[in-house]
Amino acid sequence: MIVAENLKKTYNRVTAIEDVSFEVAEGEILGFLGPNGAGKTTTMRILTGYSPPTSGRATVAGYDVMESSLQVRQNIGYLPENTPLYPEMEVINFLGFVSEIKGISPGDRARRIQEAMEETGITDVAQRTIGKLSKGYRQRVGLAQALLGDPKVLILDEPTVGLDPNQIREIRELIKNMLGKRTVILSTHILPEVSMICDRVLIIHEGRIVAADAVGELSRRMAKSREIRLTVKAPADEVQSALKEMQGILKAECLNLSGSDGLCQVSLATDPNQDLRPALASRLVGRGWDLYEIRSMDPTLEDIFIEIVAGEKKEVEA
Amino acid sequence: MKNVWAVYKRELRAYFFSPLAYVLYVFFLIVCAVFFNMYFSAYIQWSQEYMMMMSMQQGFGARPLPNYTELVLQGITQVMAFVLLFVIPMLSMRLFAEEKKMGTIELLFTYPIRDIEVLAGKFLAALTVFAGMLLFTFVYTLLSYRVVPDQTYVPPVLASYLGVFLMGTAFLSFGVFASSLTENQIVAGLVTFATLLVLWMIGFVSEIRPGLLGDICKEISVFAHFDQFGKGVIDTGHLAYYVLFTLFFLFFSLRVLESNRWRG
Repeated sequence: MIVAENLKKTYNRVTAIEDVSFEVAEGEILGFLGPNGAGKTTTMRILTGYSPPTSGRATVAGYDVMESSLQVRQNIGYLPENTPLYPEMEVINFLGFVSEIKGISPGDRARRIQEAMEETGITDVAQRTIGKLSKGYRQRVGLAQALLGDPKVLILDEPTVGLDPNQIREIRELIKNMLGKRTVILSTHILPEVSMICDRVLIIHEGRIVAADAVGELSRRMAKSREIRLTVKAPADEVQSALKEMQGILKAECLNLSGSDGLCQVSLATDPNQDLRPALASRLVGRGWDLYEIRSMDPTLEDIFIEIVAGEKKEVEA
Repeated sequence: MKNVWAVYKRELRAYFFSPLAYVLYVFFLIVCAVFFNMYFSAYIQWSQEYMMMMSMQQGFGARPLPNYTELVLQGITQVMAFVLLFVIPMLSMRLFAEEKKMGTIELLFTYPIRDIEVLAGKFLAALTVFAGMLLFTFVYTLLSYRVVPDQTYVPPVLASYLGVFLMGTAFLSFGVFASSLTENQIVAGLVTFATLLVLWMIGFVSEIRPGLLGDICKEISVFAHFDQFGKGVIDTGHLAYYVLFTLFFLFFSLRVLESNRWRG
């Protein structure tokens, strides 16, 4: 549905993105992950035909973003960063304007606008002025305008930025529900968002794609060890020496030494290919200690992200 | 065409949602009313004096028959032209600068709409607001026609209005161009005002330095081409000047919009 080949964009000799290539299959939800200024918005602007690439090419729904810009735009619903909207317009008038430009026939307009408003939950603010709405509602209006015209592709640039935690949850919920059969690219610098919504993730850093894989796959691939945390009531040095004898433990580290309650929390790096939890439990209990907690820590996208970015830096320095 | 209409309606609504259009209307109409009143009173007074002289059968030292075109029409159209120098930049400055500042330009240019349709819709909306202003001042002329119902003044009145309209359109095209260059409305407005002022003052060069330089400057000046309309003469040369001026800057605006994309 979307193909990008060797995209490059430079602004006044500063390279924003370079050698960006990826494909998005129909119905797939791609997360675009990267710190601010990594080139997410630049890439999205190229795909929407807002700014052409310096070199390389991209197609959306089979149309070249440069040569058939109008057809591309007909197939895209775009929510730009920070959700720019006309503050002086009423919601219903704004959506009317958008549906007119998107070429929805006059007979269908009222129904389609109603559908988009229901889907994004803004029916009760239809008559309100956009400028007077809360940020969360504005974001919904932004999503509604992207949905109008039933585009095959949705491109959402940082849809949850600047919202409070409650609104973020609502908007994420909304996005998840409205995806349907659409092909979606969603950019964010919030890592859990990607694992919550997306099928596949593309990590972009300093204008280059540094990792691309399915969300679960990436976690597995990147994990060099599995972390296990346990809390036990025992002196720290004895725990450490007891754990050192066990096979498969790569590293043991005490997080906080025995306090007044005599508890000791230990973080273990273990062999990722085996689950050591039952063995650990029986050994600790066998020593006569009270085991309070034992759990396996799955690597978060955050860990992966930091690892990748740190790895990049080392390579550059070397 | 449908897209032009959509942009046009949105833009026109935006003008009347903010106090801007109302403020400009009131300002323009009051200034025009004051001057119209002044010129027309002078004309009436002169006419009465003339009548008295005639009735006394005393031609000695009498002033000639007052001319409505010269006294009222030329005066008021020049006032209008001068006021438009201030009004048009304020009307045009927001057209693109505001959208750039707010980021809505990114929405607009990712909808399936051509750049030229956006430009046309916006320009026509501003033109409508301006034409509405002119139309209101037409009321003054109609009122004066009730007092002095002389049909010979109808053609010069229409020609004058055509002149003011063409000049305002030309001003507006430059304003649109300036607005497309920047995201700062104030800068867009000031650039428009300063440029129009220079294009006006350049006409004075011909009075200071007659000759080739003076002639060239006079041809460039936006106001030099305006006088003939005020006298009721529609000269194709002057007509062409305003039409070409308008098309020239609209064309450049379109180019700027396209180049904005390239430069990101």
